[in-house]
Amino acid sequence: MNDTASEKVPFWLDPKKRAIFFQFITLCMVGLLAYYLISNTLHNLKKQNIATGLGFLHKASSFEIGESLIRYSAASTYGRALIVGALNTLYVSFIGIIITIILGTFIGVARLSTNWLLSKLAAIFIEVFQDIPVLLQLFFWYSLFYTTLPTPRHALHPLPGLLLCNRGVTFTVPKADPAHGYMAIAFLAGCVIVYLIRRWAKKRQEQTGQLFPIFRVSAVILLGLPLATWWLAGAPTALSAPKLVGFNFTGGMTFSPEFISLLLGLVLYTAAFVAEVVRAGIQSVSKGQTEAAMALGLRPGMVLNLVILPQALRVIIPPLTSQMLNLTKNSTLAVAIGYPDFVSVANTTINQTGQAIEGVALIMVLYLIFSLLTSVIMNWYNKKAALVER
Amino acid sequence: MDKESSAISEQSLPDELIIEIIDMHKWFGDFHVLQGINLTVHKQERIVICGPSGSGKSTLIRCINRLEEHQRGRIVVNGIELTSNIKNIEKIRMEVGMVFQHFNLFPHLSILENLTLGPIWVRKTPKKEAEENAMYYLEKVHIAEQAQKYPGQLSGGQQQRVAIARSLCMNPKVMLFDEPTSALDPEMIKEVLDVMIDLAKEGMTMIVVTHEMGFAKSVAHRVLFMDFGQIVEGNTPEEFFENPQHDRTKLFLSQIL
Amino acid sequence: MANIAKPSRKEEIQPPVVHVGVIGWIRSNLFNSWFNSVLTVVSIFFLLKTVPPFIRWAFIDSVWNTTGQACRHATGACWSIIPHNYRFIIFGFFPYNLQWRPLLAMIMLFVLLFFSQNRKHWNKSLAYSWIAGLVIMGLLLKGGLFGLKSVDSTQWGGLLLTLLLSVFGLTAAYPLGVVLALGRQSKMPAVKTLCIVYIEMIRGVPLISLLFMASIIFPLFLPEGVTINKILRAQIAIIMFTAAYIAEVVRGGLQAMARGQYEAAESLGLNYYLTMRRIILPQALKIVIPPTVSILISAFKDTSLVVIIALYDLLKTTQTVLSNPEWMGFSREAYLFVAIIYFLGCFSMSNYSRKLEKELSRGN
Repeated sequence: MNDTASEKVPFWLDPKKRAIFFQFITLCMVGLLAYYLISNTLHNLKKQNIATGLGFLHKASSFEIGESLIRYSAASTYGRALIVGALNTLYVSFIGIIITIILGTFIGVARLSTNWLLSKLAAIFIEVFQDIPVLLQLFFWYSLFYTTLPTPRHALHPLPGLLLCNRGVTFTVPKADPAHGYMAIAFLAGCVIVYLIRRWAKKRQEQTGQLFPIFRVSAVILLGLPLATWWLAGAPTALSAPKLVGFNFTGGMTFSPEFISLLLGLVLYTAAFVAEVVRAGIQSVSKGQTEAAMALGLRPGMVLNLVILPQALRVIIPPLTSQMLNLTKNSTLAVAIGYPDFVSVANTTINQTGQAIEGVALIMVLYLIFSLLTSVIMNWYNKKAALVER
Repeated sequence: MDKESSAISEQSLPDELIIEIIDMHKWFGDFHVLQGINLTVHKQERIVICGPSGSGKSTLIRCINRLEEHQRGRIVVNGIELTSNIKNIEKIRMEVGMVFQHFNLFPHLSILENLTLGPIWVRKTPKKEAEENAMYYLEKVHIAEQAQKYPGQLSGGQQQRVAIARSLCMNPKVMLFDEPTSALDPEMIKEVLDVMIDLAKEGMTMIVVTHEMGFAKSVAHRVLFMDFGQIVEGNTPEEFFENPQHDRTKLFLSQIL
Repeated sequence: MANIAKPSRKEEIQPPVVHVGVIGWIRSNLFNSWFNSVLTVVSIFFLLKTVPPFIRWAFIDSVWNTTGQACRHATGACWSIIPHNYRFIIFGFFPYNLQWRPLLAMIMLFVLLFFSQNRKHWNKSLAYSWIAGLVIMGLLLKGGLFGLKSVDSTQWGGLLLTLLLSVFGLTAAYPLGVVLALGRQSKMPAVKTLCIVYIEMIRGVPLISLLFMASIIFPLFLPEGVTINKILRAQIAIIMFTAAYIAEVVRGGLQAMARGQYEAAESLGLNYYLTMRRIILPQALKIVIPPTVSILISAFKDTSLVVIIALYDLLKTTQTVLSNPEWMGFSREAYLFVAIIYFLGCFSMSNYSRKLEKELSRGN
């Protein structure tokens, strides 16, 4: 009896065996290519007397870095220099992300406003800043510093406490005082108190139905406690104002032209994309939801909080994190205007040690880590927030 | 069924007026969508509004709870004048329940949470009381076992019944229905109409925009025909379907019956 | 029953004046609530503070065709930098008297793009026209045949180089991206893993690291004596980068395809190649045209990064002009000019993409 299941099929017609054969060929080809490239590379490196391996991380760097969050000098190692670069990247990305989210949300909401003027202005902002390359925007802002802004002697004074000149942007800041430490503690204590009050108010509402003005009370506590602490600590009002000494300013807090241009360029560019993400998110909630909520008698504020935002945020957050990752990747353009971010420092390191492969590999690894972390957090959020459906 | 339902319609209505609409006009830009509407609705009265699409039927009932704004004329609901005064609007919305063609349940909340949202945040009811209230109405619409599910897990007919229960939880004086069965598959229409008939039996004041003429015949006190923004004619169901007065009405009835 | 409304008289009742016409529009769009009224006033104030000074700087006080020195005496914008330098900004180091060739190539490109807009023209002959067009464009740039003088690729620059990198970049990246997407969907674990690793790695790193790789590391991969010119290396990096993003977009299209399509093809006896080529890809690729155009727009903007590895694209030629002592300091004007070029390009592409998306969602 012929049993088709056990009939012998020649291996070139059996799909499973064909698949294995195909993969074998593919892997061989990839392997051969890799072997070819690697052997060429090793040969060329030897010929040019370039070292391999990460030993250079322990050598002294012998270059200065313009801005650093930790102590660093030309005598520090390359490894430390790279850490300074990474911290600078995180610094500008972190501040950039916060400002971008605020600005982007505002513009996205303005785009949907019933006010025609506001809506059109927002649309123009979005279109203009999305369609110009971010590098060009960086160059433009940077060029303003050295072509338009005056020297420190003639610095612009648009607002009290703010000075603009070609050395950077300088703010008057309060002078360091122990009271500030107490204020920070008071703020943290306020956060804890607000959390406890919210829990209590929610319980009260469940039991008696009465609403508690949580928002207003939280605002008062978070603002009032630090303020009260400040007053109790002697109300120190001493300011550190920038003073012109020689050709530059001392005192106050100065941000370099490189930092400001990078921040400005990244924020304006990314905010335009964030605005579109926010707009799409809000529009994804159908009008019927608002109508049903209003028909129940809910006030606009409650409609927003209870019905619209929960649904809109589900649509907004994945692309929003993607934009935040883009901002971090775009911060690598700092190398073009001289802000010492990770790529900038790595570039200098490559130039000095000649170890291009290790340098570029380090750059790729750092940003791959950022990307992977973001992916993981995103997947976790998506699972958690998914709407339950059939 | 027929004897019972004609008995429903023939009960004499109380004198109390729930809704008064006096010479109401509405424009969308230059388009005169509602032209001089005059309508009074007594307590426990049930009105069905029919008409071709674009005649303004949905716009009319949406003006009653201010989902649309009228430009001329007066609307009075339960003695409260409907103006741009927010306080009046909120009071009126607590007394008026609305059921939408596309249900509009909140997909991110469970069925129970959908029902307790209004009572907790608008009527300031304690949570336990709101949930008991919600379960009572879920029982009434025969869907109590789905309380912990989410809207995405229910069929269209089930969702619409939940939507009706959601409005009932606010204890409204009048219920507005905007084509409640138009978005449903045929086999689910009956379950929703049955719930609406139960509601009628209990004496709820209802204004229903629909094409379901069987429902109109069995439950309505009055059937109104609207065309081009005007109420062309209105009469008891018997008179309306047997002796339509205007040509436009006759044309419409010939198309749908 | 009492309350039947008589049909109202035929005369037209007009809506209240306050609700129509110009006044009505202003009331409902600018001042429909006190909050909006405040916003309108603030916005108008902001516009009054910024727009007139800008117009004065850019148009009224500006000079349009003078020398660099004369510019420094003007209070307004010095637009003269453009008429004096536009040929370098747009064509780079291309020999002056041969610049009709890249100009012709660019015109061909725009004509092809314009013609490709209309979806009714999408057929085989358009594809062939594109291939022929690209070959002719390449010929015009490189020369060496048909009596055209040979121009070395190191002399290609400016807008010419930007367009070259974008157009050839996307053209080559597209098939590569499709292959990667198909590979990622494959059931063969080796192929699937290779594709996933490639796609996720390339998407996770900044473009600049790939450009560095192209600029410094590619030469190490080659045996002694073999060199590839820098533009080609940068082009390869851009192709590799763009292909990974296209792969993700195409994957979305493939996943959106109903399972039934694959099953119908299988039951007809079509093999893998035929299934993909005739049934699946035509539909999937059509679905993802809007995001693909979006990738094209990004690629166009991203070519500006080659400035960092010292290739003379549109941005770098502009910067070179600014480093000329005669024109130093007029960076605002120069960058604004370049920004307008990029803006026109990107805006028309994104406008087209929106239009296309509307057409496609309406169901053809």
